[in-house]
Amino acid sequence: MTPVIEVAGLWTQFGDHVVHKDLNLTVMPGEVVSLVGGSGSGKTTLMRQILGLEQPARGTVKVFGIPLQGSNAQLLHKIRKRWGVLFQQGALYSALSVFDNIALPLRELRAFDEDFIGDMVMLKLDMVDIERQHAAKMPADLSGGMIKRIALARALVLEPELVFLDEPTAGLDPDRSESFVKLIQSLHQKLNLTVVMVTHDLDTLVSLSDKIAVLAEQKLIVYGSLKEAIAVKHPFILNFFLGERGLRALSAVGALGKLG
Amino acid sequence: MQQASAPAVLDPEVRQARAADGAPAAALSGAWDIRALESRARSLKSQLRRLSADPGMHWDLSRIQRLDHIGALLIWQAWGKRRPARLALAQGHEGFFSNLDSAAAAVPAAPFDPLRLVRALGAGLLLTAEHLRGIVQLLGQILIDSFVLLRHPLRGPWREISASVFRVGTQALGITALVGFLIGVVLSYLSAEQLKAFGANIFIINLLGMGIIRELGPVIAAVLVAGRSGSAITAQLGVMRVTEELDALTVMGIPHTVRLILPKIVALAIAMPLLILWTSGIALIGGAIAANAQLGISVQSFFSGLPDAVPTVNLWLAMGKGVVFGGLIALVACHFGLRVQPNTESLGIGTTNSVVTSITAVIIADAIFAVIFSDVGISLS
Repeated sequence: MTPVIEVAGLWTQFGDHVVHKDLNLTVMPGEVVSLVGGSGSGKTTLMRQILGLEQPARGTVKVFGIPLQGSNAQLLHKIRKRWGVLFQQGALYSALSVFDNIALPLRELRAFDEDFIGDMVMLKLDMVDIERQHAAKMPADLSGGMIKRIALARALVLEPELVFLDEPTAGLDPDRSESFVKLIQSLHQKLNLTVVMVTHDLDTLVSLSDKIAVLAEQKLIVYGSLKEAIAVKHPFILNFFLGERGLRALSAVGALGKLG
Repeated sequence: MQQASAPAVLDPEVRQARAADGAPAAALSGAWDIRALESRARSLKSQLRRLSADPGMHWDLSRIQRLDHIGALLIWQAWGKRRPARLALAQGHEGFFSNLDSAAAAVPAAPFDPLRLVRALGAGLLLTAEHLRGIVQLLGQILIDSFVLLRHPLRGPWREISASVFRVGTQALGITALVGFLIGVVLSYLSAEQLKAFGANIFIINLLGMGIIRELGPVIAAVLVAGRSGSAITAQLGVMRVTEELDALTVMGIPHTVRLILPKIVALAIAMPLLILWTSGIALIGGAIAANAQLGISVQSFFSGLPDAVPTVNLWLAMGKGVVFGGLIALVACHFGLRVQPNTESLGIGTTNSVVTSITAVIIADAIFAVIFSDVGISLS
């Protein structure tokens, strides 16, 4: 099987400051991978490099087996139609209504009529649990949680094979976070999605991820299951998973019992 | 990303067949997902529509290899937005169709409003009134703040004022000089042609002196500053609104009128008259050079004739205009900056409105000046 994402020998440097040093990461189809790490460890930068928004100093990034560097615009465009991205702040277009925000990627394809697009948008709104009366509203009139769910609807409207989630549950109340996690789980099962997410929320991390990639000291110190990650004795891991908050969250979701 | 071991994924296809009991049947196969449908959605949909005209049709979807919500919706729409009586689905595909039946109800369209134009006119007038009230309110607040400052001068935002004077004044010297010089040259050339025809060469000094010092210098400098600094002020305050910096100031108990707006208004009121003098001076130099080339009036005699042609009071008038124009531009720019809503579109609209309004306000103020001071400083010696 071709890996969905293949990062090889990646270096990131800002001036003299090295963020990533010879970093490797492979994500296989159907996996849910969480990127964790302290502030400034370069989680978001890594994600932006995989998305092609930033260029690494050295190394290659391949998505769906196609290298991002040196590919022509047409090929890159094809990749971009196959992934969906949920930005941390939603990044809804503030000049467009909720409906038009979700319809935009579909309209860009120029393959479907307005009747189809209308029904599709409504379906996606139902999927993320947004009432239809909000479809005509502008993003400025919505709460943060709603913006996030609508942004997810927009990210999913082209039925992507690969979804990036940047802090998907930050700013959502616990109830909404839970339904968000359930939603992603069900989509993952139904569509065999590959998911890459950056998150600090241990609940989300534990209930969704197949694999955890821990970024520290300029590389991935662990890349494996939660159990494997916790087994590594590294100060960041000790603090993050086995600190007071970590233990509380892990025991709350019953993950510690599972780990034995 | 096709799996190497899996059978090849075929194109979406619709075939007419017969079911076991002899009823007409439609068999769908291949990949019915967005990647495959993107290029042939319309033709497949019309094909399905034709088949679904027969209510007894047996639909066999069990050989669809890949399905997603796009494909499911396409098929469901072709069915006339309801499930057919006889339907066979592949395992795991039920979920794509189960929530479709609720999708039919679309957003209701906005009802037709015959009074739309009247309403729009009224809303426009009310908005204008609101803007006027807002500007007056802001001006009042600034005046109150200034009185407080006069009593406690040490607490004044002097640093901010000085920084603003540098930004709106010093940094604008280059562009105002360039534009002023060119306007002077052009005006001088045009007038010289006309004056030569009447043999009234020497009046070029009166024409340029009065025109530039009294009218053109102030207006050109004000228009340039409105475009350059007015937009910058609106955008800056607007971004501060978007990023909640203004709210942060308020909750810290730092009034933003004192820290942000007063310094800008004072700075522009100080810098504008100086910029006007500078622009007018450069424009006159340009005019004198052109007059020398065209009419043979030496630059020296041009400037020595200037005090007789233009009474000194015109300079004071120009400076006075500068104070008013500067204050107006800053006031309008701040007003629109504070009204920006926390979204990007509003920021763009606010900046445009700010520049258009401040240039209009400057020209209206200039007309009022012209009427009030119509018999001041205009002498025919």
